[in-house]
Amino acid sequence: MRIDAKELHYRELNRRRREAVAAGEKRFELVNVNGQRYIGDGITGEVEIDIQGVPGNDLGAFMDGPTIRVRGNAQDAVGNTMNAGRIVVEGHAGDVLGYGMRGGELFVRGSVGYRVGIHMKAYRGKRPVVIAGGTAGDFLGEYMAGGLLIVLGLERRNGESLVGDWCATGMHGGTLYIRGEVDPVLVAGEFGGMRPAEEKDLADIGPHVEAYCAEFSLDAAEILRSDFMRVAPISHRPYGAKYAV
Amino acid sequence: MGEAGFDRGLRTISGCGLSGMMSLTGERVDGRAIRQSIAILHDRSNGLGGGFAAYGIYPDRAEQFALHIMYYTDEAQDGTEDVLSEEFDVVHDERIPTRPNRNIVDPPALMRYFVAPRASKLHELGVTAEDHVLGSVMRINAEIADAFVFSSGKNMGAFKAVGYAEDIADFFRLEEYEGHTWIAHGRFPTNTPGWWAGAHPFTLLDWSVVHNGEISSYGINRRYLEMFGYQCTMRTDTEVMAYLLDLLIRRHGLPVEVACDVLAAPFWEQIERMPEGKRRLYSALREVYGSALVNGPFAIIFARQGEMVGVTERVKLRPLVAARKDSWLYLSSEEAGIREMCAGPDLVWRPRAGQPVIGRVGSEVVVGEPGSGKEARVPEEVAGERRSD
Repeated sequence: MRIDAKELHYRELNRRRREAVAAGEKRFELVNVNGQRYIGDGITGEVEIDIQGVPGNDLGAFMDGPTIRVRGNAQDAVGNTMNAGRIVVEGHAGDVLGYGMRGGELFVRGSVGYRVGIHMKAYRGKRPVVIAGGTAGDFLGEYMAGGLLIVLGLERRNGESLVGDWCATGMHGGTLYIRGEVDPVLVAGEFGGMRPAEEKDLADIGPHVEAYCAEFSLDAAEILRSDFMRVAPISHRPYGAKYAV
Repeated sequence: MGEAGFDRGLRTISGCGLSGMMSLTGERVDGRAIRQSIAILHDRSNGLGGGFAAYGIYPDRAEQFALHIMYYTDEAQDGTEDVLSEEFDVVHDERIPTRPNRNIVDPPALMRYFVAPRASKLHELGVTAEDHVLGSVMRINAEIADAFVFSSGKNMGAFKAVGYAEDIADFFRLEEYEGHTWIAHGRFPTNTPGWWAGAHPFTLLDWSVVHNGEISSYGINRRYLEMFGYQCTMRTDTEVMAYLLDLLIRRHGLPVEVACDVLAAPFWEQIERMPEGKRRLYSALREVYGSALVNGPFAIIFARQGEMVGVTERVKLRPLVAARKDSWLYLSSEEAGIREMCAGPDLVWRPRAGQPVIGRVGSEVVVGEPGSGKEARVPEEVAGERRSD
């Protein structure tokens, strides 16, 4: 089903899509999208949504299963509290990506903004994965409770840092991998312990990087031959001694 | 609501949308593009305020200060006009043209005056023309009930109201003005009433500022500004931004980049990591201008004649996106806002926290643009100068 979103308010756009999903429609092509919020929110099942343009905030929030492909940049709060499915962004994405994400995959070809992966969590079989092809802003993985965050740094400007300040602040679960060198001062050392990734670590991220690379026609083997830094929580209760004594 | 102007004393949670556009070559366009941009951000605001500032719109009267004034009573108008004729040569006055809009209700009387300060008066008072206008604006806003000057610069004007920004653009007939720089705001009042003078932009002389966020340091900033003759009368936080810009940049002569580092000062732990010269500069700025630090989340766009700046606070709790297309610079809370002004931008980027994007008419180099070579937080040469003292 093709929907021309030009000058269509998000309520109308999402109403049409919800009704079509209820009627059994599995594939959507949304064209001329510009700023419509809440696309793909809260839908379950094997639905595919192809978006041409720039979708608005909260793309795929609470999504449970569908696949979304954005043929451009995405805005803020992509995959907010997402439960399952995959969102592929061919351009850049904004701030607060993957907030409280509980499962599924967010693959961004370009860079991501501030506060990515805040409070991501994992539970039993659920392990959310966020992979950014470029760089990430400040507060990456803040209060991270579970899941996998990977920053590939495939393209960056001269002198541009792979991650911003206060990375891993309050981190108490999950794992963060950064391809390349990271100034340790950027990583909140009282929460996140950083060391070079070992072979068994790369075996863990390998399948995810391969899935990512397949979406963008990139060479996974070459990327995986690089040196990665691994950041993991020092404690599962970093504030325990501060507030709960 | 008991007090003039407090049309809808509602209180709601926050949002706000910002947009700005500037021609780096000074080419003037009408207000339709900026209207479209802020209209696409409609859902960021709630109809309790919005507005625009435009530069280059009064070329035939560019030498005079253009005062836009709203009046809630005839007495307010009489009293204000007495002050104006006492302090200035009023070269021309007229109603600001509007067109009825069913969503813009109970407008105050809206007048504009093109005024020139008298040389004899300036000599007698020993002040500059700008400071005389500043003093007169403060006097009218603080002392004359129900009169509010909401624009007081040369060859620029602010247009604001209670309503949604796109309705406000239609109400003020912005398609009939041509400017080289436009900024816009759709408001979601955070902690203060939605009323006409309290809508954005906030202005003083040719400064204008639109803001998404809330200023928890308002009390400190306000008391600091009062020491320099600024009186806050608009009953909302963003007003202090306009006056801080005037104080820091026009009166104290700080470069725009440095003024941004005062408003959005880096944390002490970041300052500790800086090289010697920079560390001394930033330490001095925090010590001297501690009361001008603006705390709380903000993304702002501000402008003066020939210059437009976008900046967020130091941890970027509000969004800001920038873009270039040919000789145009665009700023918006969302990329969607930019794509309404410019279908195919050459470059879209997200400025880092506290690092301003600065466009200047007459220069193709935009400070803060990736690859421009002007990405430093503060010009190194400024730090170098301070090092030698």
